[in-house]
Amino acid sequence: MTASSHAPAVHRDDFAAKLGMWLFLVTEMVLFGGLFLAYSYMRSQYPGDFHRAGTELNATLGVTNTVVLLTSSLTVALSIVAVQRGERRRALAFLGTTLGLGVVFLTIKSIEWAAKFHHGLYPGAAHLATLPHGEQVFFGLYFTMTGLHGLHVIAGLGVLAYMFRKVARGEIGPERPLLLENAGLYWHLVDVIWIFLLPLFYLAA
Amino acid sequence: MSEPLLASEDHPVAHPGYATFLKVWAALVVLTGVLVLMSRFGQSSAVWGLLLVTPVKAWLVFYFFMHLKYEGPLLKGVVLITLGTLLIFFALMFSDVAFR
Repeated sequence: MTASSHAPAVHRDDFAAKLGMWLFLVTEMVLFGGLFLAYSYMRSQYPGDFHRAGTELNATLGVTNTVVLLTSSLTVALSIVAVQRGERRRALAFLGTTLGLGVVFLTIKSIEWAAKFHHGLYPGAAHLATLPHGEQVFFGLYFTMTGLHGLHVIAGLGVLAYMFRKVARGEIGPERPLLLENAGLYWHLVDVIWIFLLPLFYLAA
Repeated sequence: MSEPLLASEDHPVAHPGYATFLKVWAALVVLTGVLVLMSRFGQSSAVWGLLLVTPVKAWLVFYFFMHLKYEGPLLKGVVLITLGTLLIFFALMFSDVAFR
């Protein structure tokens, strides 16, 4: 930025911006924490039903999506390193990979959801109403928690697409990487939440 | 003050490079494999995987991907207080369930 005597002084406080982002992230942790709490209680009430309902889920798709999301987290972290080093094209390639992997995650998720709908396993379905109470609770929690998580993935993709544009225009660079770093924090948190969802629903139910 | 509260302002730390993140990612994938393997050995083994392996994976993401390793005590404290609060909620809930 060229220094001009007429340019207004731009206030900038990177630490405050990062602290603000973390304060937002801890509210997200508490939001999902409440749902994890609900899951734990219901599971302790209906262990058998949760086990039977859990076998309905496709663990292969769940594990595949885990690797997809872990890799997308890696490429965000790498894009930040690239931006800090002034390697803009490489940063864009990494960010583009993250966006692509996010879309892959949502595609796999929608295939899974479609299969559940096809089998009548969704809240309000006539077939689900005939199953034991615990299984109905399981699928209620499954759709609530993976649905809320999916909304976060969609929001994260929107934010990262915006960051892609800013990096491409040079508005995020070695001197000002913070916006991208904060966007990356959000994406990583979405990854952490999925890390817990995988065993809860697919592996240890 | 013995330790700077705001590590990122007055005491910038060296940023981790590509290799660090690749190693962390490899560890996360291996731990996912361990989790899947443990779930093959029955219900209780799967639950132990959930209780032991999953927090390690989350810690790796928080500590390296989210840069907490390189932050000062204030940001670390914010996260720890939140996780501690959640842990208290879980303890209260399970103690209530156990004595009902």
